Parts: sequence; C-alpha cells; structure tokens
Amino acid sequence: MRLLQKNIVPIVFIVLCTIGFHYSGLSWMFFANDLMTRLARNSFLVISLIIPVLAGMGLNFGIVLGAMAGQFAAFITVVYNLTGITGFFLACVLSIPFAVLFGWLTGILFNKAKGKEMITGLILGFFANGLYQLVCLIFIGWIIPISNKALLLPSGIGFVNTLDLKIWQYAIDKFYVFKLKGITTPLLKYLNNINFPVLTLIIVALLCTAVYLLFRTKLGQDFRAVGQNRHIAEVAGIKVDRVRIIAVIFSTVLAAWGQLIFLQNIGNVQVYGSHVQVGTFAVAALLIGGASVSKATIGQALLGTVLFHALFIVSPLAGKNIMGSAQVGEYFRVFVAYGVIGIALALHAWQRLTKKK
Amino acid sequence: MDNDFLNKLGIPRLIISLFLAFLVAAAFSFGLPMGQIFSAMLTRFGMNALLVLAMIPTIQAGAGPNFGLPFGIICGLIGATLAIELDLRGFTAFFFAIGVSIPLGAIAGWLYGLLLNRVKGQEMTVGTYMGFSIVSVMCIFWLMAPYKSPEMVWPYGGDGLRVTVVLDGRMEQLLDRFLSFTVNGVTIPTGLLLATALCCVLLWIFMRTRTGLAMSVVGSNPRFAEASGLNVNKYRLLASVVSCAMGAAGIVIYSQSYGFIQLYQAPLYMALYSVSAILIGGASLQRATITQALIGTFLFNALLVIALPVANVAMDSDISEIMRVIISNGIILYALTRKEVGGDAR
Amino acid sequence: MTGAARLEMKNISKQYYGNRVLKGLSFSVNKGEVLSLVGENGAGKSTLMNILFGMPVIHSTGGFDGEIFLDGEKANIKSPEEAMKLGIGMVHQEFMLLPGFTITENIKLNREITKDSLLSKIFGKPMKWLDLPAMKADARQSMDTIGLGIDEMLPVRGLPVGHMQFVEIARELDKKNIRLLVLDEPTAVLTESDADKLLEAMKILTGKGISILFISHRLDEVMAASDKIVVLRDGEQIAETRPSETTIDRIAELMVGRKIESGEMVGRPPSELKDDYILEIRDLSVAMPGERVKGVNLDVKRGEILGIGGLAGQGKIGIANGIMGLFPSDGDVKKNGKTIKLNAARASLDNAMAFVSEDRRGTGLLLDDSIEFNIVATAIQVQGKFLTPGKVRILDSQAMTGLATNMIQELDIRCTGPGQLTRRLSGGNQQKVCIARAIILEPNLLFVSEPTRGIDIGAKKLILDHLVKLNRDNGLTIVMTSSELAELRSICDRIAIVYQGKLEGILLPTDSDRDFGLMMAGEYHKFHGKEAV
Repeated sequence: MRLLQKNIVPIVFIVLCTIGFHYSGLSWMFFANDLMTRLARNSFLVISLIIPVLAGMGLNFGIVLGAMAGQFAAFITVVYNLTGITGFFLACVLSIPFAVLFGWLTGILFNKAKGKEMITGLILGFFANGLYQLVCLIFIGWIIPISNKALLLPSGIGFVNTLDLKIWQYAIDKFYVFKLKGITTPLLKYLNNINFPVLTLIIVALLCTAVYLLFRTKLGQDFRAVGQNRHIAEVAGIKVDRVRIIAVIFSTVLAAWGQLIFLQNIGNVQVYGSHVQVGTFAVAALLIGGASVSKATIGQALLGTVLFHALFIVSPLAGKNIMGSAQVGEYFRVFVAYGVIGIALALHAWQRLTKKK
Repeated sequence: MDNDFLNKLGIPRLIISLFLAFLVAAAFSFGLPMGQIFSAMLTRFGMNALLVLAMIPTIQAGAGPNFGLPFGIICGLIGATLAIELDLRGFTAFFFAIGVSIPLGAIAGWLYGLLLNRVKGQEMTVGTYMGFSIVSVMCIFWLMAPYKSPEMVWPYGGDGLRVTVVLDGRMEQLLDRFLSFTVNGVTIPTGLLLATALCCVLLWIFMRTRTGLAMSVVGSNPRFAEASGLNVNKYRLLASVVSCAMGAAGIVIYSQSYGFIQLYQAPLYMALYSVSAILIGGASLQRATITQALIGTFLFNALLVIALPVANVAMDSDISEIMRVIISNGIILYALTRKEVGGDAR
Repeated sequence: MTGAARLEMKNISKQYYGNRVLKGLSFSVNKGEVLSLVGENGAGKSTLMNILFGMPVIHSTGGFDGEIFLDGEKANIKSPEEAMKLGIGMVHQEFMLLPGFTITENIKLNREITKDSLLSKIFGKPMKWLDLPAMKADARQSMDTIGLGIDEMLPVRGLPVGHMQFVEIARELDKKNIRLLVLDEPTAVLTESDADKLLEAMKILTGKGISILFISHRLDEVMAASDKIVVLRDGEQIAETRPSETTIDRIAELMVGRKIESGEMVGRPPSELKDDYILEIRDLSVAMPGERVKGVNLDVKRGEILGIGGLAGQGKIGIANGIMGLFPSDGDVKKNGKTIKLNAARASLDNAMAFVSEDRRGTGLLLDDSIEFNIVATAIQVQGKFLTPGKVRILDSQAMTGLATNMIQELDIRCTGPGQLTRRLSGGNQQKVCIARAIILEPNLLFVSEPTRGIDIGAKKLILDHLVKLNRDNGLTIVMTSSELAELRSICDRIAIVYQGKLEGILLPTDSDRDFGLMMAGEYHKFHGKEAV
C-alpha cells in the first residue's frame, strides 16, 4: 500500500498509457520502435535535470540554454560541413564552451534569486530565446558573415527556419543497429523486431553510470549537502555559491549534448523552434517518472521518459478514436505536460508549507 | 540628491524611457506618419491597461503578480464568444460579454485563490504552470464546445472554433470609436480612455476601502495583519477573485479594440506581458500602484508600437517581436534578482 | 602548573557603534579544564564567543581590543575557518546537522576522507572518491570516545535530540587538532538524564586534555561540571571563582546585582494597589517556538504596571503573545471576569487590550508603509475609525494625517514627516510608532514586550517614562515583559518571574538581587524551602 502511494504518479500514467495504447489501435511493433527511438533521443535531456535537483535548486528550466548551446555547435558543423560521426562528436566538443558559459551565467543568476530558481529559470529560458532569435535572425549574415547563402533567408540576413542536418543524421543511432529475432519466450518475444540503436544506448548508459558515480565523489557529496541546507553547508566551510554554479554548468553541458543527440536523430534543426519546449518536456518527463522538486533518481528519469513519450505517441490517435479528433489528443498531451508540472509544483509547495507548520 | 532621483525613477524605467525617446526621434527623422503612430500608442495603451491593472490586487495582497491571469482571461473569452453565439451586436454584445465575464472570472479567481493559499511562497511558478494548463484545457474546450455561429466555427469541416474570430460589425472598436476625435492627425480613442479611467477610479476607491486597505496590510506584513485580527487567507483569496475578474473584463476590452477574439494558445503568455508592463512601470513583486501600472503599460506598448516601423525602415527586418520578448522577460528577471526584504525565501 | 594556559583572554573589549558591550575581560583556562561562563542574556557571552570564533560580525564592526593566546601563542583569529584550524570547536545552540545525511556523513561534513580517482588527477579534489569505510571508522572512533553507542550509518533525521547533541560533539572531537571546545547552552534542549550523560562526556573530553568553555543557565550543572566560573554582567567580568569557593545563591546574586538606586524605582508599595483584578490567567499554555508557556497562573491588578521577567527561552515572551492570539494557546483567561476567546487576535483587540510586540520589525510594523498608515492601520480594521462617512467608506487621509502629526509630537518621533516609511526610522522611533498604534486603540490593558530592545539610551528613558505617564495619567494597566531586570525594577509595581514555562514567583522591585537571581535560575524554592508557596 505504501509502495502504491509512493509511486502513484507513474502508476497513473502507466494506466493512462495502457488505455491510450488500446484505443489508438497502433501495432505493438510500430509503438515499440517509436518508443525506443524516442527513449534513445530524449533520455539524455531528462537526466541532465537530476544534478540541480539534488543540489537543491529545483527543476532546472534553464536547460533551454543548454539546448541553444548544442544548436550553436550544430550550426558551426553545418557551416563548415563537418560530416558523419566525426562531425557529430565535434559538435559535442564545440558545444562545451557555449554550454559552460551559459551555465555559468545561469548559475550566477540563480545565486541572486535563491529560492526562486525555478521561476527564474523559466523566465530566463524565454529571455534567452529572445537573445537567441536576435543572434540567429538579425546578427547572422549582418554582423556574423556566413558564406553559404543557402543557409540564409532570401534577404541575406538570418538563418532559414529549417537547417538540414543530413551531414550527421543518425551518426550514432545507425552506427550499429541491433534487432532481436526469433525469440519465443512468452514475455520477451515482444522484443522481437525492435531496432536497438546500440551506440546511443551505450552512451546513455555511460552517462547514467557517470552521474551515479559523481555522487560518490567529494563534489557529489557537496551537491547533496548544499541541496539539503545551504546554511549548514556554509558553516561547514563548503563554498555554497560555487557548488551551485558548478551544478548548473554540469546540467547545461549535459543538456547541450542531449539536444545534439536529439538533433542527430531528427536530422534537421528547426532554428527557431527545436529548443523552445525542451525544458518543459524534460521536466514533465522527470516528474511523471515519480521525481519531485527535491528528489530525483536516474531510474525515475528513464521511466518518466518512457511514459511521457508513450503518451505522446498514443494520444493523437487515441484522441481521434475516442473523441473523434486528433487535435484533442494533441492538446491533451500539451495539457499533460503543463498540468503535471503545475500539479507537482503545487504539491511540493503545499507539503513544504504544512511541514513548516 | 541625484542618486535619490535615479533610485526613485528606477534604472530600467530610465533606460526604457530614453530608448523610447530615441525611437520617437528616429521615427520623426525617417518621416514616418507620426499621427498614426501616436494614435496606435494610445489605443494599445487602452487595450492593455485593465489587464495590467489586474496585477495590483494580488501584488498588494502579497501573492505576487498574478501569473494565473489566464484563469480570468479564458472567462472573458467565454463571455465574448457567447455574445456572438447569441447574435448580439454593439453595446448589447459588449455589456453582455462583460456581464458574463466578470462573475465567471470571479469564480475562476476564487478557485485559483484557494490553490494560491496552499502554495505560499511559490505563487509565481505554480501560477505560471497552472495558467499554461488551463489554457491547454481550454484548447480542448474550443474544439469540442457546441458553438453554432457560422462566424466562429470553421467554414468547411474542421473541428470547433476558429483560431481568431473576427468582430467586424459586432463590437469591433466599439469603445475606441465612442466620442473619438482627431487632433493634428492623432485619433483619440475617447471611449477606450474613458473606460480605462473609470477602471482606475473604481480600483482606487476599492483599494482605499476598509477591505482594500486590509488587503494591502496582509500583503505588506502577514504577521502584522494577524496581530490586527485579519484573516490573511481570506484577503489573499479576495485579491485573486478581483484580479481574475479584472482580467476577464480586460480581455473583452482588449478584443473589442483589437477587432478579433484570439482563442487557443493566444492567452498563454498574456500574463507575462502584463507582469512585465507593471514591473517596467516601477512596481516590485511586493508593491504596486495604479500610477506604476499606467506608466508601465504606456512605456511598454509605446515602445512596441514604434519599434516596428522604425526597425522596418532602419534594418529591413522585424525586430519588434524579438524586442518584446527580450524586454518583457528581462524586466521580470531583473525584478526576481532584486534583493528584497521578506521575500519568499526557502 | 606548567607552561602557558590553553586559552588566555587578556583585556578583551568591544564596542558596537560606540556602545561598549565588553569591558576589559581577562581570564584563562588550562589544559583539560572546564570554565563556565554565566550571566544574564545580554551580559556579553555571545559577543565573547563571536570574538573567539572570528565571526564576520565582529570584524565588520571595527574589530575588538585585547589579546587572545592559545597555548602561549598569540592568536589572531580573523574568520571561523581560522578558528577551526587553530583547534577551536563549537557546538551550537541550534543543531548544525543535515537531516538527510547519515551520522558518519555529518561528522565528516566537508572533511571527507577521499581517494584518488582517474579524473581527480586533472580536476583535483572535487573529483576524488569518498572513502566511506575510512570515514565510518573515524566516526565510530569519536562516537565511542563519548559513549554514543548507536550505528554510525543511521540517518540523522529521526534521532532523539540527545543523540543529535552527541553527534555534534563527536563531530568536533573528530577534528583531530581540537584543543578547545565551546558548548553553548548544550543542556537547554536535553532531558535531565541526557544532561547527566553530557556532563559525563565532558569529563571524558577533559580527560583527553581538551579544554571546555561551558555556557549554561542551569547553575547546578555549572557547579557540578566546572573547574572555574566566570560571572559576566553588562559586559563586565564581575567575578572569577571556583565551585568549591562559592554557592549557587552567591552566583545568582552576582549575575543579577545591578546598582539601581531606590530613588530610581517608581513602583508603588503593595498597599497602594487594591486586590481588584483586571485580568485573571489560569493554566495558560502557549506553543510559541523557543518561548513555550506551560501552564501559567497570574493575576493582573487594575491600574498597576506588572513586569514579567526571566531568562531567554523560559517562556516569559509567550504569555502576552498567547493572550493576544498570535500563537496557539490553551487555558482560561478572564478580563473583568469575562472569559476571553483564545486564539483569536480580534477577540482580544475587541476587549480593549492592545499589544506592542517584541518582534518590532516582524510583527509590529508595516516597514514599507508610512508612519501615519502604520499608526491607524489596526484601528481602521478593528474599530472602523479613520474612514470617511457615507455609503462607500474610504480612507480619511485628513483625519489620519492629523492624528499622526499629534502622535509624532506627543511621543517625540524623530522623522521627516508623517509620510515617511517606517523602514527608514531608527529603532527607538519605530518603537514609538508601535506604541502610538497601540494607544489609539484606546485600550485599558496594554501588553508591552521588550520595549527597549536595541534602542539607544535616550530613547529608552523616554519610552519608559511615557509608559509610566500613560499609567499614572490615564489609569492604563500595563503588563511589561522584558529581559532587562533593571528596567523592570525601575518602573514596575510587581515583577513576575517565569522559569521553564511556569510562574516561579512574584517579587517586588525592592527585593534583593539574590532573590531575583535565584528565581530566574529556578533555584529560589530549593533555598527558601517550604516557606515560599
């Protein structure tokens, strides 16, 4: 019973997904393959949220800046035509300086708005998006010269809406694809014919291990100490502000890489759109996995990614079949993303208030 | 003395005023039609004023700027669409819409206020996401609602209401044109400005009644309020009710002036723009006055109105939307990071 | 005695903004000795500890005069980190433990034992592994030293208070260079048996050569545990003595004794006040954190000034806060024979009682509103005053400003005008605004808590004189709570002393220092035996 109560959020969503899957009329093969693709391309972004949560800064809506860093790196590879798996990893390396800079600035801002990191991160995301548009739409081609005119709008200023990333699409996803065949064991046979993007999954697994191991180091211990009580950590001589900035930088760099993994799967970048909802969707996924504003595990991040995207896959068709309109399903999943975040934040604030009393 | 003056004015307000002055000068030198521009400034000011004034009750009651304004806005949209569904025209349509919106908005505000009282200290984050949620729920509503009016549903096939509903001949610019006149090429939207003034006076009176004063005491220092025998939660709830009702009426005024009702995702960021307007006017997250709301609304909207034509001439690209995003969110960030006494510390 | 003392403090003085709070203290502790510091609140103990720890508050206010020697070497302590490096440890009054960490993690907080990792060669210490087995062993060792037998991997959340206190001590002990340990009222939160264990643990520590500075209000513990006792009063070192050379009542007398001329006492003899009670308090309990009241019985005579005294944390502050409905309370309070509804601020205000809170900035003022609005705010809400007549009644600015101007004159509030924000006023003037706000409610019973805390001497006298004037001219009954015994004795007719949440007794201002001292330390009845009720 306690177990049920503790995991009520994921359980509700498992039920929702099951019902949705049933009404969507999708084949298991299609569903499972789509889900695998989405798990591989989105889980990195969700995992990038864990460190700030444990460092007591709540859900880092500022990972939008990480996504932007990733996209800047992607633009560079496109402009210089860096292709294939080398191109992709170069993009990862190139994204680091951007992400570190953005993370550092975000961290400073968060330190000035202690206790209000989440709303600050959210607004910062919107604000940064304005600056991003300023750079991509106005500065590119005007202040920053681009030789390849095909990338620019007809006026010669600003990137076109969609940049093709064929040069390194599937760089890691299709590096080695594994497909199970001919399994007859009752439950496991559902795994037949599913494409496993092995290298991507290995990278995600490595990341999970790295995050896990990070919390066995001195720095990880500092994150947790600061996360529990800034004042006590300060008295013990931990440089709280510095630790918090490092946590945000980690998160931002991981988000940049996460966005690149996402883009290499999609194969193009919506210059003015790909990053906008990154924060909201990643946060919603983490919360659906059962995490809270002050507690999150890798398992919750992965489970949340699976459930959130399962809902994403089934809801348009389920909406059409139940309500007679695919649009309803579309809006429903947007509502789920916002609603889950809203409810989780409200519950958290409520609990804290009652605890105080 | 100089420093004191600067502090009182506020650095952001100063920068924005200077920037606005610069743009006006630029517009003159480009020979742009200044009459039209000033008319547009006045209209945009009147359109948005009530939505910005709606921030005052919650700020004064200590619940911060009302990021949950969409709760009120959707009620206003329901009122406006109902007026068209019933085939009403002119002032009948307008007053019907307002009459439906305000009680609906009050109910929504009451529910939202109950939530706010349970999440003290986190009103902004929770409000934002709850606002987003209600907008997406309403998206489903607009799709499913059994409206019949051919002016609102998609003409062929398609589900539900259109994204924008044209108010032509219904209540388009009803207030704007009321007693309107033109001086030196500037059209004065008299009715709209009178309505705004009326709202200001009513709000001013309300904030000075015993109830309004209690609200302000509650926001200023909840412990003091308790020691004076006031029920803090009651007044916070009331502030949310008043604010959402104002938001509901505000969107009707906005729509009639704009000439369209914008449905679906349109209300998503409206709260943010209203929040930033009042902050630009010099309000803080804890204290706001009617003057600040009016100044902020004017500065913010005047800037947006003039930026578009100037940018078009100067650099041949649309920078005004980008500017709106940067300025509005920048000012909120500034307010969030300002050191404040007794803020919602963790 | 061989060699230099472990700690020697020589001629320590400290001023805050021209206000001398420490006046030339000199004392020393030897290796393995316990020195107790006793004194009332505000005697200077915490300032002394702040100096010893190099707290920023000392250095940002101009530092201090005098010298500190550790084992004969002059110590120049500029920051808490330096104090730690020099081997000075401190167990705080409030616990500095992370509830989500295990005991081991707390003991080793920011002093974790680490091992090299692959990345640490590049990125340094932050990337080193934690060596948990070694940390556990260390924690175990210091826990065993003080006899804390529980599992070192238990989370701190959920431990009994006594154990938390021991974990704190174990953490200080784990700092290998520890020479001097400061225990700041460690027994205040402990039960009697836990307190006994703590005293034993102290013996073990001194046996290992660690010296202890012990701060406590429990005089019997002080007598039992110390080698030396230093009594402070008003920043002065009144006495340095040994338990064998003194008695509890002598210490009590030293702590409280204050030169106060009988001419300064304006209190009236009991014969002048009739046994006519305006307020009868029966079995009042108040759940005010840090100032709990646990069943107080007290009667207030009509027309008197009643003082409520006692040490910090004993519950004296809670009484007025409970009656005025600011903290959850229970019991029976009758005013003029009529029961007052508790837990309802409005009921108390409606019954012509008013309150000037000890928490001036937190409860007493609207810091970002004008003086005039502060003064009338409560009257508007409670009594509907200062509103215009008519159907829609709004704030009557003229009446408000007029009244505020009068009040500013009457109380001599130094300000630029009635429109000034109260945040910009000095403490004394803020207090006058609070009093003005209470007076215009026209109460017949006024509670005033800590009216002179943090206020300069001139304003202090003015406020006290004004209270007496209100009492004598208007017949206003006043209940004044204060940590400053001298101020209670100077204006009160009777003084009730609260100890451990209960009424310990009622004294007259003219009673002896010794009786006040004993009562505040809870030792009065032990000495006076059955003769006291």
